[in-house]
Amino acid sequence: MRDIVLQVNHLAAAYRKNTVLHDVNFTVRAGSLTGIVGPNGAGKSTLIKTLLQLHPALSGEIRFYQTTYQKAKDKIGYVPQRGSVDWDFPTTALDVVTMGLYRKIGWLKWPRAKHKAKAYEALEKMGMADYANRQISQLSGGQQQRVFLARALVQDADMYFMDEPLVGVDAATERAIMAILKELKKAGKTVLVVHHDLQTVSEYFDHVMLLNRTVINYGKTEVVFTKENIAKTYGGNMRWMGEEEQNVVHSVK
Amino acid sequence: MWSILLSSNTQWVLLSTMILGIAAGMVGCIAYFKRQNLMSDALSHAALPGVVIAFILFAEKQLYVLIIGAAVSALCGALFIQAVSTSTRISEDASMGMVLAVFYGLGIMLLTIANRMVSGNQSGLVSFIYGQAAAMVRSDMYTMILLALAVVFILFLLLKEWKVYLFDGGFAKGIGLSVRGMDLLYIGILVTTIVIGIQAVGVILMAALMITPAVSARYWTKTFAMMLLLSALFGGISGAVGTLITALWSGLPTGPFIVVVASSLFIFSLLFGKEKGIVLRFIEQSRQRKTIEAREVG
Repeated sequence: MRDIVLQVNHLAAAYRKNTVLHDVNFTVRAGSLTGIVGPNGAGKSTLIKTLLQLHPALSGEIRFYQTTYQKAKDKIGYVPQRGSVDWDFPTTALDVVTMGLYRKIGWLKWPRAKHKAKAYEALEKMGMADYANRQISQLSGGQQQRVFLARALVQDADMYFMDEPLVGVDAATERAIMAILKELKKAGKTVLVVHHDLQTVSEYFDHVMLLNRTVINYGKTEVVFTKENIAKTYGGNMRWMGEEEQNVVHSVK
Repeated sequence: MWSILLSSNTQWVLLSTMILGIAAGMVGCIAYFKRQNLMSDALSHAALPGVVIAFILFAEKQLYVLIIGAAVSALCGALFIQAVSTSTRISEDASMGMVLAVFYGLGIMLLTIANRMVSGNQSGLVSFIYGQAAAMVRSDMYTMILLALAVVFILFLLLKEWKVYLFDGGFAKGIGLSVRGMDLLYIGILVTTIVIGIQAVGVILMAALMITPAVSARYWTKTFAMMLLLSALFGGISGAVGTLITALWSGLPTGPFIVVVASSLFIFSLLFGKEKGIVLRFIEQSRQRKTIEAREVG
């Protein structure tokens, strides 16, 4: 099938002491917007890192666009967890976004004005134009996340992996990021997002992957995101917030 | 006194220590953001046994022979650090500390042996500990200048690659930059700078010439490129002024004076630096306090 953009068979990965992922199987279709959910330590970040060869796979097969990651690299964009980089590095927001263009610019060449203009455009789209020349250490958490997203946008990839882009950001930033994700989906791009908040899964994602060391279930949100499956993923004791809505305090929107 | 300055040999010495300072300052910026400030210290100490072994084997004091010995030995040190920190539970900084002590001890031991073995010719080797820029001959200086310029060139040519490598290695890998290649290049220019510097500055203080300009530059700028330039400037000034002082009074070791100049620049930056310098921060804070007090009164 031509619209399968990612196929994973029997993938396993481990850290020194324990296996984090075993027998992971799933296929992702083009143009889907997937939320990857699961408890802490379920291997969500590890899954993304293993797919992108930032963490070694023990076994299994990964096919991007019917070929290997190395060959499909150009089509894949990655937004790491915000905490994974040194925000004290002396550079500006515009500069970080320009990094998304480095491959297009070509190695050994310095970025030119047109590249800066393109990076600025992406910042503008994320509502960050006023902060283009601000040092990154002076940005708030939400603003840093927007910068990361802008950097992914200029990459102009076909498939995006995002590791918890909505953690620790304010409501306005969350809305801005979700608007961009929907827009990417509309443009036919495939997006996979590690997500924490079960309450917003149905609203945000058309596909959901329930992950706990292995894929518990993966598919269309309305089919897969059921009470039983969530209980299976989170170990049964989890009481899903949707269950007794009268007792739930909703966050301010 | 001024005739010394006008002699072409002194001018060449000045030029070579200045360019060395420029290269060291710039490489120091990379080490600073790799959070490997101790690495340059460990590797410069690790170079000593190589220098002495090369001297014992070839019985000559030509810089390029000693440089190769130093480079091999420093690279062994680097490999050792990496092997220990990845395959045992000993952390990276602990393994750097170990390599520093072990290699330096070995170096001093060999140095004593070499001094006994080869009579008359030995005195020059001791200058590798504290550095003796005046002892360099013209061909040494050419080697130094050429290698230092090569290091500076690599740093400038790969400016954006260094940036993404230091800021976000995972992303760099994703966009097709070979992180392992950059690691090797980094070790390569680090070792090169160290080995060409040890004759002028000495193994003990070489690390200070790399780190001090970098941390000083951090107080003045918001961008990485500017930090590299400033660090190069501070390093160059330290090298030149330190050498100048020792050239005027012969027999002084160069290393300590270069480092004293670098440290003075650092103290100045620490106090008056535009980015979070102590004085400026104090002024800003008291201004803030006054506005708040004024608001409360009014």
